[in-house]
Amino acid sequence: MKTYDLTEAAVRDLNQALHDQSPECVEREFEVLNPKGQHNIACGIDQNLSVDIKGHAGYFCAGMNKKAHVTIHGNVGQGVAENMMSGTVRVKGDASQAAGATAHGGLLVIEGNAGARCGISMKGVDIVVKGDVGHMSCFMGQAGSLVVCGDAGEALGDSLYEVHIYVKGTVKSLGADCIEKEMRDEHIAELTDLLNRAGVDEDPASFKRYGSARQLYNFKVDNVSAY
Amino acid sequence: MCGIVGLYLKNPALESKLGELFEPMLIAMTDRGPDSAGFAIYGDEVGEGSIKLTLRHPDDEYDWEGLADSMRHQLRVELSWMQNANVTVFKVVGEEAQVRGWLEENAPDVLILSVGQSIEILKEVGLPENIAGKFNLKNMKGSHIIGHTRMATESAVTMEGSHPFSTGMDLCLVHNGSLSNHNRLRENLKREGITFETENDSEVAAGYLTWRLRQGDSLKVALEHALEDLDGFFTFTIGTRDGFAVMRDPIACKPAVLAETDDYVAMASEYQALTTLPGIENAKVWEPEPATFYVWERSA
Repeated sequence: MKTYDLTEAAVRDLNQALHDQSPECVEREFEVLNPKGQHNIACGIDQNLSVDIKGHAGYFCAGMNKKAHVTIHGNVGQGVAENMMSGTVRVKGDASQAAGATAHGGLLVIEGNAGARCGISMKGVDIVVKGDVGHMSCFMGQAGSLVVCGDAGEALGDSLYEVHIYVKGTVKSLGADCIEKEMRDEHIAELTDLLNRAGVDEDPASFKRYGSARQLYNFKVDNVSAY
Repeated sequence: MCGIVGLYLKNPALESKLGELFEPMLIAMTDRGPDSAGFAIYGDEVGEGSIKLTLRHPDDEYDWEGLADSMRHQLRVELSWMQNANVTVFKVVGEEAQVRGWLEENAPDVLILSVGQSIEILKEVGLPENIAGKFNLKNMKGSHIIGHTRMATESAVTMEGSHPFSTGMDLCLVHNGSLSNHNRLRENLKREGITFETENDSEVAAGYLTWRLRQGDSLKVALEHALEDLDGFFTFTIGTRDGFAVMRDPIACKPAVLAETDDYVAMASEYQALTTLPGIENAKVWEPEPATFYVWERSA
């Protein structure tokens, strides 16, 4: 295992060392000490690595992640795992705004609460939040799933495309074109799998499902004639 | 983009170290605001019937002693003063209106940065590190302090546009964001008798709170009204003689993080600015909710 103490090493050096593993992997385990809220820690990894960040991280932590398993033992700032492609990012504390923004794949687990716009414009990532999510979560979410074991803030799923949203607690309000939907067997199965993968012990039957009503402009075939 | 930071001590034993604890917080926010910086520190209170003014003159060699002597003789007031770089604190046994009026007439070049019983405001154009050094921040004592590092957007990089803004006795506000209804609000507040020194949007927010407090609102009630009446993006940190508050707008696109231990409450735009505080590893650290205010006040 290789240890980087960010009071001594620069984030840029850490990230370079992580990137150096992509053509040929010679070191699979990394530990990052004293992150002290610095931004862009463990961004752009493209290898099956295990990275443990011991403390609070700043913005865009584990952004653009591919294949790696990144665990943050603390809170993270804005945009954790933004544009993730694959792998797993786990936040032991809270996440600030725009967690998992635009992410295409992989699994993001937030063991605390997530702030506003969690999963904004998500494109295939699975996000499991043990606590609450803030307002405008899943805004324009295109694909993937969002599981919220606590409560959701205002305008959940506004202008949603195909993301599956599961919420156990209360939803303050639904965004435009987002509706509650029937929980069928395939959804229970999907949610069971997501909870298992996230290591979260909750009863899938206690969740409600939300999705797109598909009534906005871009869902109407009549509008094709405009082009 | 701007950086804001605040530190409110719950444990009086730390008051002698307020400046030392706060200096690295301010400097950590340099990359959010390298244009100007400033802070408002609360402490060294004057008694009832007295006021404390922070005054600034652009000339480092300004004759403060002469000014103090004239004020003493012409207003027949007791007065003591101390200088810190080009800023001076006057402690006067007297009324705000009388002293303010006299200064406007007799020393129009002197800028009044703050008036109150506890507050002192120090601010300047330049890098936070240089400003902290210039005013010897690390040796300052007090009960609470709020600071700002500015990246100018709504008005020029000038001393006048630097935060913090104070528009009333002991009230001070720092702002990250931009207000969209500040012009109309400024006109309304002027009619209510609030005076403004600049065209800056953040000063309007300070003026608004001054006006509400003057109407008899508690800080909490004033902030409730502010959430209704202020339109735009904001994270505010607010200081009063006994209190400290943090508030975010409903959209909450301007960052904020709070930390609390038995010894202090700290606020910063980014967690990076809190990492040098004692016991931060085990502090309760959280992001303040949108459209919500958090208030800490010393019980009277």
